[in-house]
Amino acid sequence: MFDSLQAWLSTFLFDWLAVVITLLIQAVVVILPVMLAVAWLTFAERKVIGYMQLRMGPNRVGPKGWLQPIADALKLMFKEIVRPTESNFYLFVVAPILTIAPAVAAWAVIPFDENGVVVADINAGVLYVLAVTSIIVYGVIISGWASNSKYAFLGAMRASAQKISYEIAMGFALVTVLMVAGSMNLTEIVEGQKGSLLHWYWLPLLPMFAVYFISGLAETNRAPFDVAEGESEIVAGFHVEYSGMAFAVFFLAEYAMMILISFMTAVMFLGGWLSPFEGIPGLEPMFAWVPGFIWLFAKVAVLLFLFLWFRATFPRYRYDQIMRLGWKVLIPVTIVWVFAVGVMEYAQLGLWFD
Amino acid sequence: MTFLQFIFYLLAAIAVIAGLKMISVKNPVQAALWLVLAFISTAGIWLIAQAEFLGLALILVYVGAVMVLFLFVVMMLDINVAQFKEGFTRYLPLGVLTAAAIFALMYLVLGPQRFGLEQVTPPKSLAEAESNTLALAIPLYTEHVYAFILAAVLLLVGIVAAITLTLRRRPNTEVLYQDIDQQIKTRAEDRFEMVKMPPTVEQPLPEKEKEE
Repeated sequence: MFDSLQAWLSTFLFDWLAVVITLLIQAVVVILPVMLAVAWLTFAERKVIGYMQLRMGPNRVGPKGWLQPIADALKLMFKEIVRPTESNFYLFVVAPILTIAPAVAAWAVIPFDENGVVVADINAGVLYVLAVTSIIVYGVIISGWASNSKYAFLGAMRASAQKISYEIAMGFALVTVLMVAGSMNLTEIVEGQKGSLLHWYWLPLLPMFAVYFISGLAETNRAPFDVAEGESEIVAGFHVEYSGMAFAVFFLAEYAMMILISFMTAVMFLGGWLSPFEGIPGLEPMFAWVPGFIWLFAKVAVLLFLFLWFRATFPRYRYDQIMRLGWKVLIPVTIVWVFAVGVMEYAQLGLWFD
Repeated sequence: MTFLQFIFYLLAAIAVIAGLKMISVKNPVQAALWLVLAFISTAGIWLIAQAEFLGLALILVYVGAVMVLFLFVVMMLDINVAQFKEGFTRYLPLGVLTAAAIFALMYLVLGPQRFGLEQVTPPKSLAEAESNTLALAIPLYTEHVYAFILAAVLLLVGIVAAITLTLRRRPNTEVLYQDIDQQIKTRAEDRFEMVKMPPTVEQPLPEKEKEE
């Protein structure tokens, strides 16, 4: 669809302009729904946690509170952005941008449905996501340093150390997926899980599924790994000094990353857009009419609910125990499992290597 | 100019400017950040050259890990910039001379008479479906497997050496250590005991006090 659009545009425009316009349209088509999802994810979070704590949650703006995210956005937009004294102005402004840009850029390679419904179907898709999301840590560090505030600095140090520690476990978990799938292309990874519920990679890589999701929680600084925020000790972590829209951008990035991690987990371990009833006689034809992206979104929704559920359930980890969990538990488990997958691959064990 | 060329010149310009800024900027934190920008734009150029694995690995390893650690160190240092710049003019002639000499040497070795467009055949471009990672991995794990494993072992030795150099246990009289396994295994019964106690019933005040 976009190829024909580009071809049509280049009949009366410069070639490069046609490419740029097509790319922009593609970007908007992906980013706009993601941002809307972020807005209503904040609403869902408040509602879900509210009900878990026997409260109502927001219910004043619009029918049943559904317009709450719009009210929040308006409020944040009209708030003043306070610039701390002696702060580094350029870096102070660049930090939120550096946080949101990678969180949005990573969406370029996420496939939404079969037949290549993806902005950029590149060979090194998994590596691209890993590389781009690793840039987010700069937003955290720079915001903490440029704010010229001790709380922000401490928060930035904690958050960035945590992020780069858990990135290793995450990377190893992805390595096992690559070993089983034999490809770094996300579409091919999903295609490799075709067959049935038992062909999905969550089963051969069950420990990696857990490791990836836990690392994802830590990467996004969500509870129970939210020491970067640590209201009781360092106020709000690296973004203490940000207000108004600058603060909201950090928030958008965090939630966009949550959705991204859920998408990656669904694509790599839960069969992406494949139907869970595949290969089951009776149920498979009954649900054959459901388009693939619905299944993908349903899986993502479940994973996002887990994010919110964890936040309502678990108390915050102590900082040294976060580091211990990352370095002494998750990383050894992943390394062992890399070898285990190697053996499984060599022995052609199970359903996954035919 | 095609779109690809435009992107190439844009990234090249950013890389050069970032490199210059990195060595000219006063604040070390900002210098590190300019270096990060140079890395990212270089990774972009590698992507254009169809070396997507190298480009992404550059971002993942250097930008995502190495430079973060650099920044950590630089941020925590308390550097006096004025002191840092002392004697700049005094050493300037020598510095310029050294820089010129190094540039001349590099020009002689890497100059156009050795690596010019006439000397080097253009690399054959890969088919779109061909995986760069696979093309890199197969020779690495077949032809060069011993060198590859040797390099890995060398890195491992480096890690072990660095950790043993910094690892020191001080006696418990100086520092208290935590036994985390024990902490995790703790149960409520180990820490407190429920004791049955008779309730203390408040006695009615004696008559005498009431009168007062």
